[in-house]
Amino acid sequence: MSALWSTYGDMLLAAIRTHLYYVVISVAIGFVIGALLGILLSRVPQISKIVMPILSVFQTIPGLAFIGIMYMWIGMRPLTVIIALATYAIFPVLKNTYTGILEVPDQYVEAARGCGMTRFQILWKVELPLASASIYAGLRMSTIYTVSWAVLAAMIGLGGLGDFIYQGTTSNNNTLILLGAIPAAILALLLGALIDWFQRRHTPRGMRKEVRR
Amino acid sequence: MIEFKHVVKSYGDKVILHDLNFTIEDGQFVCLIGKSGCGKTTTLKSINQLIPIDSGKILIDGNDVSQANKAELRRHIGYVIQQIGLFPNMTVAENIQVVPRLLKYDDQQCQEITDRMLGLVHMESYADAYPSELSGGQQQRIGVLRALAANPPIVLMDEPFGALDPLTRDDLQDEIKNIQQQLNKTIVFVTHDMNEALKLADVIIFMDQGQIVQMGTPEEFLRNPANDLVREFLGKHIVDQTTPTKVEDFMRTNPITVKRTRGIHECAELMARRSIDSLIVVDNQKHYIGTVTVADIMHYGRTVQTIEPLIQNTARTVQIGEDAKDSFEYLLSTNADYVIVLHPDQTIAGIITKTSVAQSVAKNLWGEEE
Repeated sequence: MSALWSTYGDMLLAAIRTHLYYVVISVAIGFVIGALLGILLSRVPQISKIVMPILSVFQTIPGLAFIGIMYMWIGMRPLTVIIALATYAIFPVLKNTYTGILEVPDQYVEAARGCGMTRFQILWKVELPLASASIYAGLRMSTIYTVSWAVLAAMIGLGGLGDFIYQGTTSNNNTLILLGAIPAAILALLLGALIDWFQRRHTPRGMRKEVRR
Repeated sequence: MIEFKHVVKSYGDKVILHDLNFTIEDGQFVCLIGKSGCGKTTTLKSINQLIPIDSGKILIDGNDVSQANKAELRRHIGYVIQQIGLFPNMTVAENIQVVPRLLKYDDQQCQEITDRMLGLVHMESYADAYPSELSGGQQQRIGVLRALAANPPIVLMDEPFGALDPLTRDDLQDEIKNIQQQLNKTIVFVTHDMNEALKLADVIIFMDQGQIVQMGTPEEFLRNPANDLVREFLGKHIVDQTTPTKVEDFMRTNPITVKRTRGIHECAELMARRSIDSLIVVDNQKHYIGTVTVADIMHYGRTVQTIEPLIQNTARTVQIGEDAKDSFEYLLSTNADYVIVLHPDQTIAGIITKTSVAQSVAKNLWGEEE
């Protein structure tokens, strides 16, 4: 173990740092775009009924293929990885934001209109808070997916925990594969827990029961 | 003052409001009532423009509501819905402060409003609770307070108490009537429950198929219902032109009867169970034969098997359609406990007891009970 650590320790820490960097930046970008698009689509449910299935088909394009295309187009730069990962991070957030808002019971929107809120005030004070559980779930999903997709960065030589996995598979070294896979799994769990903690902190007491459901 | 002038609304081919004209004076409690689909809720929601109308005009104090900024208009009209719709992400205090905040009142004003509002319904200790921590009745009390918080002259209520249990509903009706009179609000209140309308309203507007069938005070409705539909809604509240005087108006239906072939013990047990001291005996076609008393059963019970030998024919009987007065006088002047009311074919219609007499006296003194 200590031998392993002295051999790969520095490399591993650097890989985790790179990996985390890809995930955080990509998810942040994906979250902002996904939430904005989800909100916009929720304003026009008729159009969204057509748009959402198309977007979900796009989601099924293999990440490997997409990262390959981006690589040919942009080259071997971290930007390639970030664009690819952020693109994939958008959809879960978008979908959950959209459905979360649409699932806000009518009575609250009606009450808000009756109180004299503008459309923006209804969105900001009522719809988004009530959709927050769903939006958090989308963010958690995006984050966890992105941690595993970020492994693909190594495919175009851009580091992260994928380096270990690729080296392991090409040299048939299981230890190396695990050295990449286990920290990636732990990273996914930790980031998921971080989002849960954040959600609990920011959910008013009156809504916590609904969240647990 | 709210004025409707030739208001028309339709969805596609379906006409919802059909040239509606009426005026609601300040400080009145107005109930809109009718079958579902009669246009009462549409009428209500057109006042605060939640539903825009096709043609005609709705004026509040002379101003056309369609010309107003919708959000601004609604901030000055209270609104309460059946589903309550308290925002679950906000505390009770925050819910009450929604409209004052939209109107940019400062923190201190909002705090004062919250305290005053909660005081109205004696719920001061609930300011920091969340809606999910309250009972249905408490939630709707806060729903009403939210509508009243910015002191709007007009409050619209869409079947606000429809989802509450009867006791809670009764309490809230009393409270809202109280608050309305105390704060001198104009309230437009949609309901399908005539009890509620009669209890709360200064003026009732009865609608059917997008038109007003009758508009008037509860008294006018009771005295002079415009048509059969209104009469049906009024149901038992209706004051008949001729006050009830017939035996069938006072009789209790479904008295306990037994067949003549029943056994002694069975009948004794039945009387004990229902706490009565005599039974009406009928034949197989349910024709009246006579009565049997507990005293006779105790006396002769050992010597006979069935009640048949013990049947007496001494109880007083009357026919449906006869004047109740004679029966009452008979009950009051003798020791008899009941008079048996018979259909023309001699089957049992019911019985009149001393309790019936008491009820009729009560009715004459205090009006119909609920």
